[in-house]
Amino acid sequence: MEVHRHLDEELDELRDSVLRLGGEAEVALRHAMHSLTQRDTTAAGEVLEHDDAIDDLEVEVDRQCIDIFALRQPAARDLRFVMSVAKIAPLLERIADHACNIARAAIDLSVEPEPKANLRLEQMGEIALSMLKGALDAFTAGDANAAREIIGRDKEINDLYNHIFRELITRISKEPETATRDARLLLVAKHLERIGDYVTDICELTVYMAEAAVIKHRHGKP
Amino acid sequence: MSTSTASMKPKFEIRSRTVAHSQSTKISVRNLIFYYGKNQALHDISLDLPEKMVTAFIGPSGCGKTTFLRTLNRMNDVIPGARVEGEVLIDNEDVYAPGADVVELRRKVGMVFQKSNPFPKSIFENVAYGLRINRLTSSKSELEARVEEALTNAALWTEVKDRLKSSALGLSGGQQQRLCIARALAIRPEVILMDEPASALDPIATSKIEELIFDLKKNYTIAIVTHNMQQAARVSDLTAFFLLGKLVEVNSTEKMFTAPDEKVTEDYITGRFG
Amino acid sequence: MTSLTALCTLVAVGTLAIILSYIAMRGISSLTFRFLVDTPKPVGEGGGIGNAIVGSAVLLLLSCIVGIPVGIATGVYLAEIGRDWFGNIVRFLIDTLTGVPSIVTGVFIYALIVLKMRHFSALAGGIALALIMIPIVARTTEEMIKLVPHSLREGAFALGAPQWRVTLGVVLPAAGSGIATGAMLAIARVSGETAPLLFTAFGSRFFPNGVTEPIASLTVQIYNYAISPYDEWHAQAWAATLVLMSLILSINLAVRFLTRKRF
Repeated sequence: MEVHRHLDEELDELRDSVLRLGGEAEVALRHAMHSLTQRDTTAAGEVLEHDDAIDDLEVEVDRQCIDIFALRQPAARDLRFVMSVAKIAPLLERIADHACNIARAAIDLSVEPEPKANLRLEQMGEIALSMLKGALDAFTAGDANAAREIIGRDKEINDLYNHIFRELITRISKEPETATRDARLLLVAKHLERIGDYVTDICELTVYMAEAAVIKHRHGKP
Repeated sequence: MSTSTASMKPKFEIRSRTVAHSQSTKISVRNLIFYYGKNQALHDISLDLPEKMVTAFIGPSGCGKTTFLRTLNRMNDVIPGARVEGEVLIDNEDVYAPGADVVELRRKVGMVFQKSNPFPKSIFENVAYGLRINRLTSSKSELEARVEEALTNAALWTEVKDRLKSSALGLSGGQQQRLCIARALAIRPEVILMDEPASALDPIATSKIEELIFDLKKNYTIAIVTHNMQQAARVSDLTAFFLLGKLVEVNSTEKMFTAPDEKVTEDYITGRFG
Repeated sequence: MTSLTALCTLVAVGTLAIILSYIAMRGISSLTFRFLVDTPKPVGEGGGIGNAIVGSAVLLLLSCIVGIPVGIATGVYLAEIGRDWFGNIVRFLIDTLTGVPSIVTGVFIYALIVLKMRHFSALAGGIALALIMIPIVARTTEEMIKLVPHSLREGAFALGAPQWRVTLGVVLPAAGSGIATGAMLAIARVSGETAPLLFTAFGSRFFPNGVTEPIASLTVQIYNYAISPYDEWHAQAWAATLVLMSLILSINLAVRFLTRKRF
C-alpha cells in the first residue's frame, strides 16, 4: 500500500546532501592525517581551502531541514529522520573543522624535526577514519546495531589518547627543547579524540532515528 | 476478561503537556461490537478514555471512528437495525445495560456535530433548549445566568450578548458551531463528543475552536473525531487509530506522532496509505 | 423559450384577473352596508347575506377545529413513524380520500350524522368540510416534516430530548410555515365548497343559534340566489360572490403574513 510521495523525493535529496557532507568530512580527515604523517604541506593547504565549501554544505542541509519541517510537517519515522539529520550536519562540520586544525598543525610541524619513536598517532587517525566511515554507513542503512558497535569503539580512541598523553608529557619533561613540537602533537591527539566523540554522537542519533530510543548521555552504556 | 490487542489502561506516560491531572478513566469501553443490520461496523473495540483529557480518533474514511463516537452517547439507537454488544462504562456504569436511562446519559455526554445544526430559533432559545427540556433551572434569572455561562465558556458571549433574541441562523459558520458547543455546555455535561467539529470551517474559525478545546479540557473529558492529523496532533493528549472497524493502536499523541508502535499506523500518519 | 413561458403566465394570470374584475364589476353595485348585515328577505324587500357570512365563518371554524389538528397529527404519524406497511396503507387511504368528490362526502355525513340527529346542523357541515381538509393537511404536513433536515433532530436528541419533544418542539416549528401553507390551502379549498353543505348544513335565513341547527353559508346562498328566477337575487348573488372572493383573498394574505419567515 506504499504510495510515492513528493516528500520521499525531498527526504532522498536531504539524505544525499548530508551524505555528501559526510564524505567531505571523511576526505578532509584523511588528507589532514596524510599531510601530518607524510609532512605534505600542499595537501594540508588544500584541506584548509576546501573548508569553506564544507561550511556552505552544512548551511544547505540546515535549510533543507527547516523547509521540510515548515512545509511538510513530517511525522513519526520521517520526523525522526529529519531531526537526526539536522543534528548530524553540524557534527560533521565540526569534524571537518578539527581536520582543518590537524592540517594547520601539520603545516607547523613540517618545519619541526620528526619525532623519534612511533607515537601511534597514525593508528589513532585510522581508527577515527574507520569509525567515521562506519557511522556514515550505519546512518545510510538505518542500522542501529552497527551504530552501537561503533559507539563501542570510542573506547579504543579514548584509551589511545590517554596513552599518547602520558607518553608526550613524559617526553616534554625529558626533552624540553622539542616541547613545542610535542605540544602540537598532543593537540592533534586531542582533535582526534574529539572526532571520536562526535562520531559517537552521530551513532546515537542513528539509533534514535531507527528505533526512537534515546541513548545519549549514558556514558558509554548503549 | 478480554485479551484484545488494544491497550486497556494506557501503559505509556502522558507527558505533562497538560496540567496536573488524575489519570482516572472516565469512559471504559469493553469489547464493543456494532452491527448495522448484517453489516459489522465495529470489531471488538476496547479503549479507555481518561478524564479531563482530549482523546482523538483518527483513521481513513469508513474506518468506524464516527460510529464508535456515537455509541458513547447511544446516538446510534435511532438507526434502524443498529445492534450493540459489549459494554460502555461511564463512571463504571454500563450505558447499554437494560433499563439504562438514555436521557440522563445524554445529559452527561454532550455532542457537537460536523455541520453546525442550530435550531431555527433565537440564539438565547438555542442555548436554553437543553435547560428547558431537562428542567434544569427554576427561574428566569437562573436560566439567563446559565445561558450566559454557557456562551462565555464557548467563547461566544461577547460577540452575541447584544443580540440574544436574534436568529441563530444569522451567525457565521464558526459562530454557529460555537453556539452548538454552548448549547451542549449549557446542561453542564461531563463529557463532550465532537464529530469533526471544524471540518466545515475556515482556518481562523478552526483555530478558535481548537483554542476552545484547550480551555474546555480543564473541566470536561473530550473525545474528538478528526480526519485532519495535524489537528489531532495539535489538540489531543491521546490518539486512537482506527482501521476497517478495528482499533489498531492507541497511544499518547506525542508517541503516536514520533514513534507509533504499529507499521500500519505509521504508514497512515506519514501519508503512505493508498 | 422565455416568451413562450411568459405567454402562458400571461394566460394564467390574465384569466384570474378577468374573473376577479368581472365579479367586481357585476357585484359592486349591490354591495351596501345593509347587504352585509341583513338576513335574506323576500324578493323586492332587499335583504342581505349577513347570516351567510357569519355562517360560513362558523362552518370554517368548526372544520378547522376538527380538520387541522387531525390532519397535522396524521401527517406527523406518516412522516415520523409510518414507514412500515401500515403507514403505507394509511398513506394510500389518505390519497384516495383526496380524490373523493365532495358531494359524496356530504352524502356520507348526511347518512352518518344528519339522519342520526334527525336534522341538519352546522356541526354536520363542519365535519363534512373537515373530512375534505384532512387529507390535504396530512400530506402537506408529511412532506414538510420530511424536509426538516435530520441534523436538526440529532441536535435535539443529543441534548436528551425524547422523541415526542423532538417532534413537537423542534421538527414541527421548523416545518411550521410549510404546514401553515398546507392548512391555508385546505381552508381556501373548503371555503368554496357548496355541495357537501347542501346535505349537512342545509342553509338558513337566520343568524346562527347554536351548532346543532342548520346554518347558512355564502356558497349555498350564492347557489340558491343564482338558480332563482329573480334579477334582484342574481345581483345579490354577484355581490355575495364578490364578498366570498374577498374573504378567501384575505385569508390567504393573512396566513402569508403570519407565517412570514422570521427564523
